[in-house]
Amino acid sequence: MKFAGKTDNYAATQNACNLCSPLGAALVFKGVSNCVPLLHGSQGCSTYIRRYMISHFKEPMDIACSNFGEHTAIFGGGANIKLAIDNIRSQYSPELIGIATTCLSETIGDDVPMFIRSYKEECEDKENLPALVHVSTPSYQGTHMQGFHGAVRALVETLAEAAETGDKPLLNLFPGMVSPSDLRLLKEIAADFGMEPVLIPDYSDTLNGPLWTEYQRIPEGGTTIEAIKSTGGAAASLECGMILAGEPETAGTWLDKKFSVPAHRIGLPIGIRETDKMMDILAEVSGNPIPDKYLGQRGRLLDAMVDGHKHLNGVKAALFGEEDLVAGLAAFCSEIGVIPALCATGGGAGRFEKTIKSVVPERIHRKMEIMEDVDFVTIEKALEKTGVDLLIGHSKGYAMSRRLKTPLLRVGFPVHDRVNGSRTLHLGYRGAQQLFDRIVNKIIEIKQDRSDVGYTYM
Amino acid sequence: MSSIPILKSREAQIHTKGEKPFDMTCGKHSVAGSVSQRACVFCGSRVVLYPIADALHLIHGPIGCAAYTWDIRGALSSGPQLHRLSFSTDLRERDVIFGGEKKLEAALDELIDHYKPKAAFVYSTCIVGIIGDDVAAVCRKIEAKKGIPVLPVHSEGFKGTKKDGYKAACDALFKLVGKGSTEGVSPISINILGEFNIGGEAWLIKEYYERMGVQVVSVMTGDGRVDQIGKSHGAALNVVQCSGALTFLAEMMKEEYGTPYIRVSYIGIDDMAKSLYDVAARFPDNPEIMERTRKIVREEVEAILPELNEIRKDLEGKKAAIYVGGAFKAFSLIKALNYLGMKVVLVGSQTGNKEDYKTLQEMCDDGTIILDDANPLELSKYIIEKDADLFIGGVKERPIAFKMGIGFCDHNHERKIPLAGFRGMLAFAREVHTSVTSPVWQFCPARLGNKEK
Ligand code: SF4
Ligand code: SF4
Repeated sequence: MKFAGKTDNYAATQNACNLCSPLGAALVFKGVSNCVPLLHGSQGCSTYIRRYMISHFKEPMDIACSNFGEHTAIFGGGANIKLAIDNIRSQYSPELIGIATTCLSETIGDDVPMFIRSYKEECEDKENLPALVHVSTPSYQGTHMQGFHGAVRALVETLAEAAETGDKPLLNLFPGMVSPSDLRLLKEIAADFGMEPVLIPDYSDTLNGPLWTEYQRIPEGGTTIEAIKSTGGAAASLECGMILAGEPETAGTWLDKKFSVPAHRIGLPIGIRETDKMMDILAEVSGNPIPDKYLGQRGRLLDAMVDGHKHLNGVKAALFGEEDLVAGLAAFCSEIGVIPALCATGGGAGRFEKTIKSVVPERIHRKMEIMEDVDFVTIEKALEKTGVDLLIGHSKGYAMSRRLKTPLLRVGFPVHDRVNGSRTLHLGYRGAQQLFDRIVNKIIEIKQDRSDVGYTYM
Repeated sequence: MSSIPILKSREAQIHTKGEKPFDMTCGKHSVAGSVSQRACVFCGSRVVLYPIADALHLIHGPIGCAAYTWDIRGALSSGPQLHRLSFSTDLRERDVIFGGEKKLEAALDELIDHYKPKAAFVYSTCIVGIIGDDVAAVCRKIEAKKGIPVLPVHSEGFKGTKKDGYKAACDALFKLVGKGSTEGVSPISINILGEFNIGGEAWLIKEYYERMGVQVVSVMTGDGRVDQIGKSHGAALNVVQCSGALTFLAEMMKEEYGTPYIRVSYIGIDDMAKSLYDVAARFPDNPEIMERTRKIVREEVEAILPELNEIRKDLEGKKAAIYVGGAFKAFSLIKALNYLGMKVVLVGSQTGNKEDYKTLQEMCDDGTIILDDANPLELSKYIIEKDADLFIGGVKERPIAFKMGIGFCDHNHERKIPLAGFRGMLAFAREVHTSVTSPVWQFCPARLGNKEK
């Protein structure tokens, strides 16, 4: 099938490569202990977002909605939001309700902070009141990533205190939108450095938990409110994402300004160099050397990279998806000889090209095409011209992969057509190891399948 | 489990058959703060119109509404695949402030030129209803310019429920009806309404009718084509599946063109056979149609019976819970499950009306839970209490069932296998069997609890 290309003043987005803001915010709130996300708007948005996330995480996904009707749209959503909070409290008894707006409530100009204030004032049993955290997420201003980082920041800004710290130094970890397996890995690393991690968000258990014995109104796990409060007393913050680092104010910088918690801003620790960077920072912050365990992992990764290098050097890949993930993957690809011939994102923070170029050696720049704020139709058109050996990105690239007859390696979010979206590891040496193995094996498989002989020795 | 509280305002939408006099409250807007399994008006319209494969479907609004509905359904097309793409005006901040009409116009202009669709549907999403774009005017303008029908679908999400979305879709569809010539339309002919060709179901059903000697003028909207809808007013009868979605169109066609309609269901052997017999009965002057119908039913049932009987042996006595969009589907599912020897312990729908619930209550055994517009808490509470072995619902219900160690069958528009028709019944039985008899459940802690009781 042929697609209409975007003309100079193109108007339509065809097969979008990004999602809307409240999705990111809801995901963050799912990673807080005993929290119910509430989308302020009409029902469709929350139902669609739930459905979309369920297909990836394969876990129950309760996200409440203030259920706008026609009346609400005219007179404002104040009454609905209060009723919604009441109903959530009586059904779930949460410790926190994370409120994200939708396009509709933003467009009619609902003053949610005011609604929350008046709810608190009118509330009769103040001591049982859950924390109410609000983030403004109109999708016409940004993608799911803005919603994600916005919610992280809102949690910290609303709750952080200049807390006393315990025996172990606290480390605030703002990992970005990564998989539950990645979250587990980061916690493990921080603990191995002798630090107490406060991971925001932490949906490693809430969205990748075991079977239940009885129905859990709110799945167990997640960052506790106490922990979020304590971020103000942490030894340091580690904030992942190069694109995010271009934002003037984030959870990390806010804590730095307000509580003088030093913020270390790095890229997503994907591949050797970015992971090294993270390890060095953790060694410095904790005052402990890098544990042997990680030297071992790094050593084995390098060994594997040497073993497999011939299969990869010069291989061309197209990377697409969320900006920071693509930046991380581009950095890693460059370390193993894979040329990130096309880097594309539906995000539009305006820093994509510069960021990508900063992690890829200059001599490769001329072999690359970098596209920001694009949809899949635009990406596919570019690929028809360029031609690559491999696509690396999320499930929605499958349609394109099929037409282009180019295999797709699934990473990031969403992975709707495989079962292991939650368990895919991207970060740290182990994540790099997994990515490396998958990429090499894919390339070997292609060669093997296409060969007339079909050798079993490689 | 009784610790899961049910909202006071929801109590009138939950009933246990045999307790209290039956009076279901339904058709209500969902309670604020509940996690409803329902979607929005737009979703309803999208469901109905989506399978029209040679039309352009442009979603006017911010990106999410389009991104979440990109290629999510299993509605197959035998030709064009335009419906599987996602088109959005992707409204940004400046459009919200200054209005999106220009962008809409440019988008239609560009997309119609490129894809050359036979018609275009423009779905209004929530904020379009607020920023006040005159979508109808833009549509008229483009329609005049391009010479194809460009139809606004008034589907602002907040202006009602999914059912209102069905109605908005039918309003748009109705504008296509009557646009074409009825030349070549036989007096022995029907339209199939409310069949969306999930996994090729409409093809199965169309084939049955054609083998009977009845011409199928248009399927609305499975594997749908604009031209076929255009001449659908020539058909002698509208055969409407499902209680909600396409009844509005059938009503309008009855009023305008005098086309009578009957309601049918293609789920399960009895209902499938009845759908064929009911149509045959409408053509009494051609008794050979009824004869052929009998033969078809006999042959088709004989073909699937041996395997069904095998499957039944394993499923006999197992318990099932049903939560689906329309209540009409629930009726058929109850019968189909009974056919497989299974007992229904819970049944609910997103959009049933009072009458539907009365029928459900008549069909069910005492103790069966009947629900309108349920939320995950309620569903989980009752499936455990009732010790169900199988849950039939949509993607949103699946993880609830799985967490509690209960088998699952997807019976929504997003599934990819056909569950209607005789062969669909077999596919359904296999699907249920595959899930319910899997050895994995033996390790599931929640089910172990129930066994020990
Ligand atoms: S914005 Fe409105 S139309 Fe779009 S998904 Fe949400 S409720 Fe539905
Ligand atoms: S209206 Fe906005 S928030 Fe709702 S689905 Fe559409 S883009 Fe997302």
